Amino acid sequence: MSTETTEVQSEVKEPKKVSEPLLSKRRKQILSDPLNEDNPITVQVLGICSALAVTVKLQPTLIMSIAVIFVIVFSNLIISLMRNLIPTRVRIIVQLAVIASLVTIVSEVLKAYSYPMYKVLGAFVGLIITNCIVMGRLEAFAMGNKPYDSLLDGFGSGFGYAWIILTVAFFRELLGSGSIFNFKVFEELGIAYQANSMMVDSVGAFIILGILIWVQRYVTGYVEN
Amino acid sequence: MDLVSLAVRSIFIDNMIFAYFLGMCSFLAVSKKVSTALGLGLAVVFVLSITAPVNWLLQQYVLREGALTWVSAEFANVNLEFLQFIMFIAVIAGMVQLVEMVIEKFSPSLYGSLGIFLPLIAVNCSILGGSLFMVQRDYTLPQASVYGFGSGLGFALAIVALAAVREKLKYSNVPKPLKGIGITMLITGLMAIAFKSFIGIAV
Repeated sequence: MSTETTEVQSEVKEPKKVSEPLLSKRRKQILSDPLNEDNPITVQVLGICSALAVTVKLQPTLIMSIAVIFVIVFSNLIISLMRNLIPTRVRIIVQLAVIASLVTIVSEVLKAYSYPMYKVLGAFVGLIITNCIVMGRLEAFAMGNKPYDSLLDGFGSGFGYAWIILTVAFFRELLGSGSIFNFKVFEELGIAYQANSMMVDSVGAFIILGILIWVQRYVTGYVEN
Repeated sequence: MDLVSLAVRSIFIDNMIFAYFLGMCSFLAVSKKVSTALGLGLAVVFVLSITAPVNWLLQQYVLREGALTWVSAEFANVNLEFLQFIMFIAVIAGMVQLVEMVIEKFSPSLYGSLGIFLPLIAVNCSILGGSLFMVQRDYTLPQASVYGFGSGLGFALAIVALAAVREKLKYSNVPKPLKGIGITMLITGLMAIAFKSFIGIAV
């Protein structure tokens, strides 16, 4: 009799002890917020430099997105694992050391397996180190949250960054070079299109991003003071 | 003469902001008031004109393939280039720390108004970008120094100009979703068109 009651008790207690489901509502929000409502580029205004610099063509942009997602996910994870060991005073140096190591890995892999792409991206792979999104997420999230949550946050911010720069690159390549992934769209359709060199230039990037921000904020209703 | 044209090129034509989009985050975040923008601009000029030659020496005598031959002939095949990012960022972070201490000592009011953006110069891409471009373009030491100073000045010029426009923008009627970063982006685009016309000038 007594054993039965203890079993019942333990059964009742059990659900409380069970940790959060793998994708609870809160975690889904961590993952999805940076995609639109709290987008790192268009709302938080971070990581603009690389967003504009590599978006002339879609292919390097895609490589860049993958590199940034890799760096942001792993730096978030590593810093979150170490967060209780890092003294606050030297945290910036520690964060930069972790980011710089990860970026070095990306840069060496790219040099080894895709040298032409490495040449195209040039200094901008190195500049992921100073990409404020990476540093910003480490400061704002990974320093105070558990590793798994930080991992999700890294994916969310990484993909939020990726879709914006891919959209910018899509319009810049389409209007600037008349192609998508080097596929000559207008020629195939038989339309004569005079490529607009303004789009290849930095000017096009500023203006397309500006318009993209306008459209996105019109949809989400976010207004800046 | 070569150095003068390099200086002009780095200030106007190869402008950090309008040609390479480097340092955009602080460019957008600190450009609401002319006085603060000027303070940040000068800090960037200072940090860039010191880090460029220092990183040049580092690259030339420590990192580059065969750079260590001055220590001993055995090191002729040593290539430490994979340490480039970490070494450069360490120099930059050290310099920024120094600037921070100097500003705090001599101008506490500027220190207060720059706030978080002073340490963030360390992650300002235009600083690291300056060093990486300098290596990519094989500059000599005098060229690297002039390039560092010139591109710092280019950044300062851009951020002060934008701040001046944004101060006036407060009184204008901008569509709501375009307010803030959106309209700033479009203005930067228009300013970039103006700077593009310098390309037509041969120096």
